[in-house]
Amino acid sequence: MTSLDSNYLDGNAAAGELSKIFAMDVTAAEGQCAHCGARKRFAEAHVYMQSPGIVARCAICQHVLLRLVNVRDRVLLDVRGMAYLSIDAARTP
Amino acid sequence: MWRVATVVALRDETPTARTLTLDVPGWPGHVARQHVDVRVTAPDGYSAVRSYSIASAPDSQAQIELTIEQLPNGEVSPYLTQVVAPGDRLEVRGPIGGWFVWRTEQTEPVQLIAGGSGIVPLMAMIRSHLSARNTSQFRLLYSVREPEALFYRDELGALSKDKYSVGVTYAYSRKTPKDWPRPPGRIDAALVANATWPSVLAPTCYVCGPTSFVENVTALLTASGNERDKIKTERFGSTGDRK
Repeated sequence: MTSLDSNYLDGNAAAGELSKIFAMDVTAAEGQCAHCGARKRFAEAHVYMQSPGIVARCAICQHVLLRLVNVRDRVLLDVRGMAYLSIDAARTP
Repeated sequence: MWRVATVVALRDETPTARTLTLDVPGWPGHVARQHVDVRVTAPDGYSAVRSYSIASAPDSQAQIELTIEQLPNGEVSPYLTQVVAPGDRLEVRGPIGGWFVWRTEQTEPVQLIAGGSGIVPLMAMIRSHLSARNTSQFRLLYSVREPEALFYRDELGALSKDKYSVGVTYAYSRKTPKDWPRPPGRIDAALVANATWPSVLAPTCYVCGPTSFVENVTALLTASGNERDKIKTERFGSTGDRK
């Protein structure tokens, strides 16, 4: 695995892949890091897309928030790094 | 949901960057600073997806423009900037992303700071601002390596003639035009002080470029008194195509 220094993008970059799963725009949603408790927009997370899927890390403590992996005809989603996601249901991008 | 888009026009911006106009039947419309995923598929079935910012303002014609910079080791961008021709078809998914957007209802001063091809999503904001006759005060600080690397040169140069004008300042990091007052270099505190809105006006700042550029500019904006919550950043990947 490469270092966690500068090779990341903003959470925004994961929006297309996440739109396969979520009907609403997750990048504008507020999530809480299960590790440090920081509450940030998902768009502000650090996203690593060089891997076979997507890894999103907390911008504050670098703890893993979300992992998404495409394996043939399945999509595996691990969101245990987030305590919650608060989505604005009225927001239409 | 993937839609089939047809390439209807091509325009070179620089020797390595090209604007593609795509006709996208059923396009639902977009907001400035959203992006699309583009999927290209080879004859053998191999496909690759990349994310590109939309450069055009929303219009009613179901067309979008993407400006794509060719990356030396890119897998997709050389195809999109050199091979693709009018009439070719691509798949697009979007519009995507709702957090970094700028809406024409916004009225506060706007500070745009672009590094290299980071100008693309900010250009969508400028175009939306102009077409909506939005009353926000806009300023753009645009950093490029050299004069030849400027995107949208004529369009940006004509902005000062418009009554809803956008103040534009150029910064060159490696080579300047002849007799340029500032030596080549990256954006520094003096340039931020001279070319951006004072923080007391509480501008919303949109910063877009390579990761190191965004980190540097964000630190300068914060040091000059801007609240971190008013700075919206978007980083491009430092290697390979932006995905």
